[in-house]
Amino acid sequence: MNQKEHFRKFVYQTAFDSRTSRLNQLKAVHRWKDYLVADAYEDVALEYFAMRNSTGVFDLCPMTKHKISGPDALDYLNRLLTRDVSKLKPARVSYCVWCDDDGQVIDDGTVFHMREGEYMLCSQERQLDWLSISALGFDVTIEEVTHDIAALAVQGPTSCAILRDMGLANIEKLKPFGITWFDFEGSELMVSRTGFTGDLGYEVWIEPAKAEALWDALFAAGRIRGIRAIGTHALEMTRIEAGFIQAGVDFLPADSAVRHGRTRSPFELGLSWLVDFKKPNFTGRQALLAEKERGSRFNLVKLDIEGNKPAKDAYIYNGKNKVVGTVTSAMWSPTAKANIALASLHAPWGKPGDDLYAEIYYQRELKWNRVKARATVVEGVFFDPERRKVTPARDY
Amino acid sequence: MKHDAIVIGAGHNGLANAAFLAKAGMKVLVLEKNPWIGGAAVSRELHEGWIYSNCSYVCSLLRPEIYRNLNLAKHGLQVIPYGGGVTFLRNGDIMGNYIDHDVKRREIARHSKRDADAYHRFSRDVTRQCRFIRDFLLRTPPDPTSFRPRDIYELLYTMKKFLNLGERTMYETIRFYSMSVGDYLDEYFESDMVKAHFSGSGIIGTALGVYSPGTAYVLLHHYMGDIDGSAGAWGFARGGMGSVSKALAGALQEHGGEIRTDAGVDRIIVNNGRVSGVALENGDEIHADIVVSNLDPKRTFLKLFDEKDLDPRMVERARNFKIRGSSGKLNIALDGAPDFPALGENNPLRVGDMHFVDSMERLERAFDDWKNGMWSRDPYVDCLIPTLTDPTMAPPGKHFMSCFVQYVPPKVKGKDWTDEDRDAFGKVVIDQIGRYSPNFKDLILHVEVRTPRELEAEVGLTEGNIFQGELTMDQLMFNRPFPGYAQYRGPMKGMYMCGSGTHPGGGVMAAPGANAAREILADMKRTNVVPETELDD
Ligand SMILES: Cc1cc2nc3c(=O)[nH]c(=O)nc-3n(C[C@H](O)[C@H](O)[C@H](O)COP(=O)(O)OP(=O)(O)OC[C@H]3O[C@@H](n4cnc5c(N)ncnc54)[C@H](O)[C@@H]3O)c2cc1C
Repeated sequence: MNQKEHFRKFVYQTAFDSRTSRLNQLKAVHRWKDYLVADAYEDVALEYFAMRNSTGVFDLCPMTKHKISGPDALDYLNRLLTRDVSKLKPARVSYCVWCDDDGQVIDDGTVFHMREGEYMLCSQERQLDWLSISALGFDVTIEEVTHDIAALAVQGPTSCAILRDMGLANIEKLKPFGITWFDFEGSELMVSRTGFTGDLGYEVWIEPAKAEALWDALFAAGRIRGIRAIGTHALEMTRIEAGFIQAGVDFLPADSAVRHGRTRSPFELGLSWLVDFKKPNFTGRQALLAEKERGSRFNLVKLDIEGNKPAKDAYIYNGKNKVVGTVTSAMWSPTAKANIALASLHAPWGKPGDDLYAEIYYQRELKWNRVKARATVVEGVFFDPERRKVTPARDY
Repeated sequence: MKHDAIVIGAGHNGLANAAFLAKAGMKVLVLEKNPWIGGAAVSRELHEGWIYSNCSYVCSLLRPEIYRNLNLAKHGLQVIPYGGGVTFLRNGDIMGNYIDHDVKRREIARHSKRDADAYHRFSRDVTRQCRFIRDFLLRTPPDPTSFRPRDIYELLYTMKKFLNLGERTMYETIRFYSMSVGDYLDEYFESDMVKAHFSGSGIIGTALGVYSPGTAYVLLHHYMGDIDGSAGAWGFARGGMGSVSKALAGALQEHGGEIRTDAGVDRIIVNNGRVSGVALENGDEIHADIVVSNLDPKRTFLKLFDEKDLDPRMVERARNFKIRGSSGKLNIALDGAPDFPALGENNPLRVGDMHFVDSMERLERAFDDWKNGMWSRDPYVDCLIPTLTDPTMAPPGKHFMSCFVQYVPPKVKGKDWTDEDRDAFGKVVIDQIGRYSPNFKDLILHVEVRTPRELEAEVGLTEGNIFQGELTMDQLMFNRPFPGYAQYRGPMKGMYMCGSGTHPGGGVMAAPGANAAREILADMKRTNVVPETELDD
C-alpha cells in the first residue's frame, strides 16, 4: 500500500494474526494503539486457568518498544529512569518507571539490557516525544521498533517445559529477569523470563517474518502440556493477582493528565523501591526528594475485601464514613480465593490495620444491591507461587 | 406598545440576548437593518437551489448550556460534527488531520515520527488551556479595580481557577496568552508542514501573522468549543449557520419576543443621562428604558450615539478599538463534487477543512501582503464542502463550497475596494484551489466574493472584522471591549452591549448575548434565567 494511503486501514493486524484470528471464536477485539487484540478467544475463565494451570500465550506485539543505544545509552537511561540502571547487567531485564520533572509517573515498563550497551525499553504508552526531549545533550540513538519485533508472552506452570520441548535447550536455567538467545530457523529468537502474570513465564521476541513459524512450533510443542491463546481479560486477572499496576487504570500517565493533581509519584504507587536517590541525577529527583520530606498525597494499596462481590470502581471509606479513596482494579481471585483490589487512598490512609470499607454496587437479575464491606490492607502479593522464582524452573 | 427592552441588531448574540430577556418575562423588540436576520450567522439563497452559509460556516463554540436552555433543538437546530482537515503540500503529498486518533498519529508520523508522539503533548496542553477558559465563557469578567463584593468574588473565583491549574500550567498559561502560534507550535513540532497545518487556527479572523504575539490565544479560541462533549470538534449546522439564528429567533418568539427586519437604527436616544429609546433610519422613534446594542463597539459608540452625549474618553477608546479587517470569503455553487487527486478516492478528509499553504514561511508571507495593503497572493484558505455532509443546502449531487480567506485588507493600498479588486481577489482564491483540483473551475456555477467591504456593508462589521474586534489580550476578558466596560453595561443608564465585541468575543457562541442578559436581569432585579457553565472536574 502506498504510504499515503495508510488511512484506508485504521487498525493493524499483528504478526500472529493468521493464527490468533483463527482461534478467536468470540471475535471480541479491542484496539491497543495501532493493533487489534483479542479480549478473549473462547472463554475468559478457561484462558485465565491456562495461565495458572498450564500455559497461556498472549500476543504482545502492540507493546511500545524502543531500542536505545550509543555511547551515552547507560547515562541516558540513568537520567530517564528512577532506578539505577548501571546495576543492570547485560542479558538482564528490570522493571522500571520514569517521571516528569515534577516526579509524576509518565509510564512504567521494562528495560532490557541486551548486549553490552544495547537496551530496549518496553511500555504501554507511546514515548518517542518524551524520550526525544530527554535525549538532549546525550549521544544516544533512539529507535522506535514497535512494529519490527513480534512478541508473545508464554506464561504458566508448564511454560518452561513447552519451550524446552520446542527445542530451547537449557531454558530452565534462565533466571527470573534473565535474557537468552536461540537460533530459530535461521533467525535470532530472544527469550526473557519476564511477564505480567506473577507466575513462571517467558516472553519470546522474534522478527515478524518468523512469527507464524514460532507460533506453530510453540503450539505444536504445547499440545500435550496444555497451551491456549489468551486474551486481555484473562491477562488482566493475572496481573491484578500479581499486584502489578497498569497505566490508564491504576494511575494516569503524567503526559496525558489535563487536570492538575490527578497524577501520581512512584511513592504514591507503592514503587519507592524503584527510586534510587543514590543516583546523583534523574528526572524528577528533586521533586521526589521534596515529596519524601513533605510526605506523599496518596497510597496505592492492595485490599482484601470481605465477601465475594468484586469491588469494581468502589469508593473506600474510613471508619468515620468519610471517603478516603477509590478502587482502581478489583476482582474475585479464583486462585487466591479472595476478593482482591488495588485502591488509591488519600494519605495517611492505607496502613495495615486501617479501618476501611468498600462501597460495592452489584446486580443480581437486574436488581441492584449495595454492600459496605470491610477492606483489609494487604502487604504481600495476593498470589505468589514459588515457581515464579525457582531456578532451574521445573515442569510442574 | 411599550417595550421593556430594544435590542439593536438580530445577529445571533442579539437574538440570544433577547430570547433570555423574553424568557425572563420582559417585552423585547429586536430591530434589524437587513431584510433577514442572523448577522454573520446566516443562510441565504443567492443562487437558485443553493443555500450558502454566507459568513460563518462551521459551528463549535455555541455554548451547549444555551443550546439546551433555549431549546434550540426544538426550534430546528442540529449540529453535525465533521471529521478532520487536510493541508495540500506542493510536492503532491498531503498532511491530513484524520479524526481517528491512531490514523492521525500515523499520518503525522509520515512527516515526523517524533511529531506524531508530540501531538499527544500538544493536545494535552491545549486541552488544559481550554478547560481553564471554558469556565469563564458564561461568566461576566470581574472589574479588577473595583471593590464591589461581586467583583471581589469573581476575582477570587478566577484566582482559584488559576491556582487549580497547578504551578507549571500557571506559568504556561501566562506564557501562552502572549505567545505567537508559531512559537507555541515550535515547542511541540519539528515538521514545518505539521506546524503549518495546525497554525491556521491561530490567524483566522486576525490581522496578525503566525509569528505575531497573541496568535496562540486565537488558536485556543478555535479549540475551546465542543460538540456533545467532544472537545475541539467542529460541525455543520444543518441548513447552514442561519439555522442557529433561526432557532434563537424561534426561542425568542416562543417567549413572546418580537423581531422587526428592515428596521435599521439610526441612533440611540439619550435623555437626562440615560437612554430612552432609538430612532430608526426611517425616522420612527421607539421608546424603551433598556437599549442593547448587538453592534460592534466602534459602530455602537461612533455611529449610534451622538459623540457629544459621550464622555470624550469613551469616544477615544471606541476610536482606538482594534477591529482591523483581515478576512474575506468566497461562497461557491458547484455542479458536482470537485476531485482532489492528492487525497485519493474516498478519503474521509474530503468532508473536512482543506488548506493549501504548506509552510510557516508562506503563512507569514501571506500576512506581509496584508501589511502592504494587498490581499494575500498566496492566501490561507479554510475550504469546506458542507454539502458532502448536509443534504439540505444544494440539490442532490451538487455542492456548496465555503472558502474563508486570510488575509484580505480593509482597504486596497489605502483605497476603497472596487469591483475589479474584488474579482481579482476572488480569482486568486479560485486559482489556488484549482491547482489542487483539476475539475474545480469547470464545476463553478456561481460565486459570491466577499471582501471586508461587503462584510461591513451587509453585516455591519466594522472593517469586516469577523470577531467584532481583535482577540488580543488588550481586548479580552475585563478589557473587552474597553477597560471599565467589560460587564456589558454602557456609559449611561439603560444602555447595554451584547455583541461579539464583548466578553468572551467572536464566533457563533451566543455567550456574549447570554451574559449581557444576565446583567440586565440583575439590574432589573429579575430572576436570572441564563444558565451557568457545566463544570467538568
Ligand atoms: C466571513 C465570516 C466567517 C466566519 N466564520 C465563522 C465560523 O465558521 N464559525 C464561527 O463560530 N464564527 C465565525 N465567524 C464569526 C462569527 O460569525 C461572528 O463573530 C458572530 O456571528 C457575530 O455575531 P454577533 O451577533 O455578535 O454580531 P453580528 O453577527 O455582527 O450581528 C450584528 C447584527 O446587527 C445588525 N445591524 C448592524 N447595524 C445595524 C443598525 N444600525 N440597525 C439595526 N441592525 C443593525 C447587522 O445586520 C447584524 O445582523 C465568521 C464571521 C465572518 C464575518
